[in-house]
Amino acid sequence: MRVSLFITCYNDSLFPETGKAVVSLLERLGHEVEFRPKQTCCGQMHWNTGYLREAVPIVRHFVDVYRDAETIVIPSSSCVSMMRDHYLKAAESVGDAHLADEIHALLPRVFEFSEFLVKKLGLEDVGASYPHKVTYHASCHSERSLHLGDIPIRLLKNVRGLDLLPIQNIEECCGFGGTFAIKNADVSSAMLADKVRSVLNTGAEVCTAVDNSCLMHLYGSLHRQRTFVRTAHIAEILASGGDHASQSEAGRQ
Amino acid sequence: MSATSPQWSARDFPTAAKDLLADSQIRKNVQHATNVIQAKRAKVVGELTDWGELREDGAQIRAHTLKHLDHYLAQFEGNCTRAGGQVHWARDAAEANQIILDLLQQHAAKEVIKIKTMTSEEIGLNKYLEAAGIRPYETDLAELIIQLGRDKPSHFVVPALHKNRQQVREIFERELHLPGLGDRPEDLATAARTYLREKFLRIKIAISGGNFMIADTGGVCIVESEGNGRMCLTLPDVLISLIGIEKVVPSFKDLEVFLQTLPRSATGERMNPYNSTWSGVHPGDGPKEFHVVLLDNGRSPILADKEARQTLQCIRCGACLNACPVYHQTGGHAYESVYAGPIGAILTPQLHSMKEGRSLPYASSLCGACYEVCPVKINIPEVLIHLRGKVVREDQETLSGKLGLWNIGMQAAAFLFADSRRFALAQQAGQIGQKVLVSKNGFIEWLPLMLGGWSQTRDLRAMPAQSFREWWAKEKAPHLGNGGPPHVSTSGSNASPAARQPAESKPAKESRDV
Amino acid sequence: MSDSSAARAAILESIRTSLGAQSTPAQIAEEYAALPRDYKRSSTLDSSALLDLFQNRLEEYDAGVYRTTSAQIAATIAGIVESRKRHSLAIPEGVPTAWLPQEIRFEDATSFDAYRLDAVEGVLTGCTVAIAETGSMVLQNATAQGPRILSLVPDYHLCVVFADQVVETVPEAFERLRATDSVPTTFISGPSATADIEMTRIKGVHGPRFLDVVLVL
Ligand code: SF4
Repeated sequence: MRVSLFITCYNDSLFPETGKAVVSLLERLGHEVEFRPKQTCCGQMHWNTGYLREAVPIVRHFVDVYRDAETIVIPSSSCVSMMRDHYLKAAESVGDAHLADEIHALLPRVFEFSEFLVKKLGLEDVGASYPHKVTYHASCHSERSLHLGDIPIRLLKNVRGLDLLPIQNIEECCGFGGTFAIKNADVSSAMLADKVRSVLNTGAEVCTAVDNSCLMHLYGSLHRQRTFVRTAHIAEILASGGDHASQSEAGRQ
Repeated sequence: MSATSPQWSARDFPTAAKDLLADSQIRKNVQHATNVIQAKRAKVVGELTDWGELREDGAQIRAHTLKHLDHYLAQFEGNCTRAGGQVHWARDAAEANQIILDLLQQHAAKEVIKIKTMTSEEIGLNKYLEAAGIRPYETDLAELIIQLGRDKPSHFVVPALHKNRQQVREIFERELHLPGLGDRPEDLATAARTYLREKFLRIKIAISGGNFMIADTGGVCIVESEGNGRMCLTLPDVLISLIGIEKVVPSFKDLEVFLQTLPRSATGERMNPYNSTWSGVHPGDGPKEFHVVLLDNGRSPILADKEARQTLQCIRCGACLNACPVYHQTGGHAYESVYAGPIGAILTPQLHSMKEGRSLPYASSLCGACYEVCPVKINIPEVLIHLRGKVVREDQETLSGKLGLWNIGMQAAAFLFADSRRFALAQQAGQIGQKVLVSKNGFIEWLPLMLGGWSQTRDLRAMPAQSFREWWAKEKAPHLGNGGPPHVSTSGSNASPAARQPAESKPAKESRDV
Repeated sequence: MSDSSAARAAILESIRTSLGAQSTPAQIAEEYAALPRDYKRSSTLDSSALLDLFQNRLEEYDAGVYRTTSAQIAATIAGIVESRKRHSLAIPEGVPTAWLPQEIRFEDATSFDAYRLDAVEGVLTGCTVAIAETGSMVLQNATAQGPRILSLVPDYHLCVVFADQVVETVPEAFERLRATDSVPTTFISGPSATADIEMTRIKGVHGPRFLDVVLVL
């Protein structure tokens, strides 16, 4: 399959290793990955902060870049939810019926990364190995917009050596919320403190999620507090140690 | 017809929240109560196999009613009047207060008993009556705690949720002169029973709110637990119900939906102990005189906004407060409005034509927990964003808004995102420019201006030296000839490792098609 | 008294302005009739499972449930009242004499005011319909049920429910209430309670603190 990677603006700038992991894993699984250098951002930051008018050209830009893409994979559930929940509204807000039609046509080809693996490719075991204690935080958009449910957990359970530790209040917000973390910094910090406590209580070495935005937020505090807990996007875990026997097994046709 | 609220105090949410965050007792009480209530709700909601249908159908009934609100209000008025009730209309708080005061004075009332009603809080009725020499007695246990403690409600279903039993005991002991009162909830409930029973039997006029007005019977429905509601509805000679105009349902039959979803959402019970419905005046049963005061106070203009109209679908179950991670941290007082939590964050500013409460639409991380639990499917995050849009647009029309840091920053970002070359240049500028901020450990521990809120409690990992797009251009694109834009791609054989610790990935030895 | 007709006109006008296009009553009725009603509206349980569910729900509210037959109603009531250490009960108009055991004193409370009712030891009533899924009895101003005040002011309420009055779901109950939808109606689900202090449900605030149900098979 030919997969178009939309890396997202913040992964591009801050978390290139996530993108590399996505590329590495998809290629390991035999897919062709393309990167369209014209891509920028999904428009979520503007939209969610209330800069609705300003978000529309960014939405249009995304559609321009990906109009003809076969399959678009995005390692960020919140950007996918921006597209699924708000793109049509953005088009409608400027009365652009043509853009709305294009969005309609495009959305069925847009996948969040873990969703792509499980729902589109039908995989739960991607042959990874990652011998660490890991806990999984269900980000808000993955849980309540994309309804990923246990998709990421199923993927993690199939990783060799990975010890998945359950976390309390798995689906409660970490307090990031984009510009919320700045506009309501104190409340956001209090929410974060609760989440960090839950993470530390698991005894995990690594906290993972399908969104680097939450992980950046969590790690901001984990690092400030000088804990030894790290964060890693789920793609980085799934791309790890791809030489496992069963993966080679699966690879033989 | 924008709302007038005598009690409005205009601190913005972040400022008010700061005080509440510093009050560890309130936070503990709020977190305890919301945890209990949420667990109960989840259990009884989980029991119903048709919860999804009840939500959807309930939402549609409410949306339909709002779409024809004039029709259903007129129908309610006609049927209520035919049944012996009297219907009054109040454009704003001042008119509602005046109507109620007139009625009380007509009956020479010096005292009045009250059922918990948020509309009365909304119009500041108690203060108004006290100023006119009439003493209102709150009879709902939580409202009594608030009234005796000279406090404000922090939750519209459980107004005293921010108080624990010891605090309630102290208030009762002091205000009801009950030295040595115990702090078991039973002791406290008994104290309230004794104190209020005398009032119920003696005072002949009562004020209530209303959960639903029923258009086809002209009836009113009140949902409660303690029986104080029933006391106020049935014992006095005169009953005055102050109800927001949006609280109408077309038919008695529609209650079969809401009497399932409301109790389960509000208190996590399959059914609350008492629901009362009645129409007008019934000889030999209940008050001889029944008045309904229909309150607009900023509601009717909300109907004009098709996206935000759903705000008025609310049946005030409070589930969105209990589910909200922001509310968990601050409790209700930080919203500085009768209507706290997610619904308050969208309702309050709209009631005030967006002139007050402008920081409230931002008091949310947009986590979506409110929408998920709402029994009438109000898409609160969507409305929050919509209202943020209004705030931004209005701000941009002022000079200070236009020149504000947020606006400039957002405009600049929009400019960069419009073109990938600009964006890439900005990335490079960032990689270099950030150097003044990055500490020796590779993290940013201090940020300037409005970004400073982040760095108070959080470090920020510095931008890596190479962005993903730079890596791709260098490592992947060359394998495809010059990788010529617009689209470059690679396939399995020449993958390179992804390399952040602890993630270690090795190139695949084999690949397959799926 | 203040005349609110100007306010009435202004509010309705404001609503209409906000809503824009108007529909005729016929269109509105049609639209209403077409609203989806996909929630559960009928029973799935057989009668014995239904009564078990009803009993179980009531007991969770801490109400007493006593099963009996129509021939044994009076005897059962006598036993319950005695175990509650009460000797007399108030009753509404129309309670069948077959319910009333000799050894207990019954007072017709039709003309009792609130003070008088406050002094009685308890009240005996029937009901219009009962709901198993929620453990509710629905009382209306009707024969053997009386005005609302009756089941409210006394500290003890004993309610007689016949098996054929019990439905499984809330919508089924509303179906049965349809003909009397304007009559004063009270849904009673357990003894009076509050959860206002630390979200703990505590029994007995202002309504009856004790509730027993005679379930007649
Ligand atoms: S918005 Fe929904 S969840 Fe919140 S109080 Fe209203 S009905 Fe309940």
